[in-house]
Amino acid sequence: MRWLFISLSGILSVALVVFLNTRIGKMPALGEFLSPQHGFWQNAEPAGYNFSEVHKLKGLKGKVNVYFDDRLVPHVYADDPTDAVYVQGFLHARFRLWQMEFQTHASAGRVSEVVGDVALNYDREQRRLGMTYGAEILLAELEKDPLTKSLCDAYTAGVNAYINTLSASELPIEYKLLGYEPEKWNNLKIALFVKSMSKMLAGNSNDFEFSSVQHLFSDEQMQLLFPSVPDSLQPIIPPGTDFLRPAIEPVMPASADTQYFKRSALSLIEEEDEPDEDNGSNNWVVGAKMTKNGAPILCNDPHLELSLPAIWYEMQMSGPSINVYGSSFPGIPGVVIGFNDSIAWGVTNSQRDMRDFYEIQFRDDSKKEYFYNGQWEKTKMRVEEIAIKNEAVFYDTVAYTVFGPVVYDHSFKNSLHENKAIAMRWKALDPSNEAKGFWLLNHANNYEEYVQAIKYIECPPQNFVFASKSGDIAIWQQGAFPARWDRQGLYIMPGYDSSYQWQGIIPQDENPHALNPEQGFLQSANQRPVDANYPYFIPGNYDLYRGITIHNRLVGKEGLTVDDMKNLQTDNYNSFAATIRPLLLNHLQTASLNNDAGRYYQIVKDWNLRNDVIEKGPVVFNLWFDSLESLIWNDELAALKMANKLPYERTLAEALLRDTAFSYIDNVNTPDKESLTALVTEAFLGIIPGLDSLNQQGKLEWGAYKNTTVYHILKKSMMPFSRSGLPIGGGQHIINATQHSHGASWRMVVEMGAETQAFVVYPGGQSGNPGSKYYDQFINTWAAGDYYRVWVYKKGDEAHPRARWKMEFLPTNN
Amino acid sequence: MKFFSVIIVTALLSLAAGFVFPWWAIAPVAFVIALVVPQKPGFAFLSAFLALAFLWGGLASYIDVKNKHILAGKLADLFFGKPSHYLLVVLTSLIGGLVAGFSALTASLLRAKKINA
Repeated sequence: MRWLFISLSGILSVALVVFLNTRIGKMPALGEFLSPQHGFWQNAEPAGYNFSEVHKLKGLKGKVNVYFDDRLVPHVYADDPTDAVYVQGFLHARFRLWQMEFQTHASAGRVSEVVGDVALNYDREQRRLGMTYGAEILLAELEKDPLTKSLCDAYTAGVNAYINTLSASELPIEYKLLGYEPEKWNNLKIALFVKSMSKMLAGNSNDFEFSSVQHLFSDEQMQLLFPSVPDSLQPIIPPGTDFLRPAIEPVMPASADTQYFKRSALSLIEEEDEPDEDNGSNNWVVGAKMTKNGAPILCNDPHLELSLPAIWYEMQMSGPSINVYGSSFPGIPGVVIGFNDSIAWGVTNSQRDMRDFYEIQFRDDSKKEYFYNGQWEKTKMRVEEIAIKNEAVFYDTVAYTVFGPVVYDHSFKNSLHENKAIAMRWKALDPSNEAKGFWLLNHANNYEEYVQAIKYIECPPQNFVFASKSGDIAIWQQGAFPARWDRQGLYIMPGYDSSYQWQGIIPQDENPHALNPEQGFLQSANQRPVDANYPYFIPGNYDLYRGITIHNRLVGKEGLTVDDMKNLQTDNYNSFAATIRPLLLNHLQTASLNNDAGRYYQIVKDWNLRNDVIEKGPVVFNLWFDSLESLIWNDELAALKMANKLPYERTLAEALLRDTAFSYIDNVNTPDKESLTALVTEAFLGIIPGLDSLNQQGKLEWGAYKNTTVYHILKKSMMPFSRSGLPIGGGQHIINATQHSHGASWRMVVEMGAETQAFVVYPGGQSGNPGSKYYDQFINTWAAGDYYRVWVYKKGDEAHPRARWKMEFLPTNN
Repeated sequence: MKFFSVIIVTALLSLAAGFVFPWWAIAPVAFVIALVVPQKPGFAFLSAFLALAFLWGGLASYIDVKNKHILAGKLADLFFGKPSHYLLVVLTSLIGGLVAGFSALTASLLRAKKINA
């Protein structure tokens, strides 16, 4: 009998330990996870934590001191610039290791390894887009150049120096929750990070959407519905600028009319992970003549999907040969947006189309040959090995053609008929060395050096705004852009004929640029960079209204201050609504409104055109315009079953302002001819029930409706690590471009006077640890539209009141 | 008195083991102590349970207070849909106590058997 008790108790004891040591589904092994000496409690950083440390590390050339200020921003001082990069790698890993590894895993299509087969389609698409293939090409370039080789090696050594110090109990909490461990960092991961930026910023071309819309409309109609140059464009390069005669004049293939502009077969490819079209940004610079202090002021706020841990890591890197301050990407060396002792720069996305698709005819299922220039050409095969958590490895064979990888074929998302497939030509898969460009820019002292530096930036192309202490202001739209014939690459192109290939790259000196313009300022906000006089066809996902607002708010101004610039960067004025609201109000039949609808009419009529948190007008206006859009387009586009490209809001707005009898107003499904007045009124009446329901839920105010949320990188599965319900206004088409989860990921205002004055903020914090008070420290400041004044460390500042902690790095041979 | 000594020794040895060994070292620690120190099975269970409940609960509370409840609140929200840091302190304390308690109980039963035999 006693033995029975002993056995029972023994079995129970062992079973308990085994159970608590086992991961069950998404639940981590609880014994380890809860153990105060091993598990998550170790990530609960004391609020008064002392970050001062001494590290003796192999691979350093000399001593490096890092002074952390009260916001945990590191100010690195190194005698040798590669030592500064080494320590940058260490610090990125120290504060953001999980994020930088997860983002590079995601870029490489390795998410299934971590989360299981739910990510398999995502991973397959990443592989098929050639993300790792492109990263390998970039890696070869990075390592061919002695400068970038030494930078990448130092950065990687720094990251690994940190990983080597890491014990299991110190792992970032995401590793503990998901149940895996970090691997060693390498230079390929740096390249993978750059490729993830290329995808985010130059990976959206809408070719599939346009091709399916082209199924319904003639080429003439397509040009009307998707015009190249909007009427009210305020381009980046001041209008009237003379452009060079084009060095390349691309020739449209003779067969284009019958083979390309024909109405296409209905294409049903839906990309698995399409980058957000609103990835964009604002930047502007006002020259010395326009400012109160007589010094140029440069401003930049890049708009991205917001995340925690934040995409940016703020820091200063200084030493005898470098002194740069700004925001860096955990994952790559150098500073991406910032300033040094002589210049300041900022970036916005060019939005230009860097990617085209070609329809390929394979000879058979084997994908070994495809038809090209009258014969069967051999493909190159790349076998992608995708590890899946708790499952067998998945092998995916990707065929490479003269254009690039075949992304979609019979084994992946292809609904085309027999042996047809889609190959991709993407500039991001060509050799380039962007890391060199950014490093040179970090060191640039004047306009000439800035121009030399940015020439290395090929993809993703950016609008580099510039100001120097010597008083120059400039902007370049920099990238390696394909020279296209008129409307080349809007739709999927025939892949059997070399005449549809890109015929060249626009020479760098023909890229849109301006230096010290008469108007005294320069701005870019993802709009088309040039007016219609530019000699190339340059399609892209452009915005329109932010550029108009910025231009209108700067033109002719004098005595501008840093505070004026902060106010502009956080401005909620809605130029789009200002353009179209009068027309909507004029065409609304107010007599047909009951009391309830009349109340909403008053709200939108009295609205001050600002998307502030407490305004109700933006909700009514947005729903009203969306409803009108649906009424106008849905009848024509109903034949398309998938989510498609509606003509842009700006196109509809401009078409209606030009002509209230715009032909698409008519509903093709009714015998009557609908008028704009009828549609505007129908659209308004249609939104009343929705507005009533929002009103009952307390979501009629813009802030509550929009519910701005900064999600953790793992999105809805980690809501407690996210911040939602943030009280911030703004939105699409507005300078303060903050939407539900997308917007200003970094705000910077720099006055380039005798002593540089810089103000920055971003929606996150310096630490990537959700258990640290520095994880989301800046979010409330950001939401309130406030900034932090930057402290720039100078040699001798060791005892500066803002130098809160000191990390010392000493070289060692052991 | 012995009861309290056992609690203190178990807690201290478990703490020391935690610096070197995996989390489950608390089980062999409680086991060995219960094997060496004669206690009735019920007391063996209770002393080991209390030792680890105090140790893990105490460490967790200390960390939690220094952390201003930031992480425990978030994880309680993640696991239980309720941002109450107490939940995780109590759970931690309970799990530590149960593992050590059953381990000590087994050892104590085994010890009693040997002595009787």
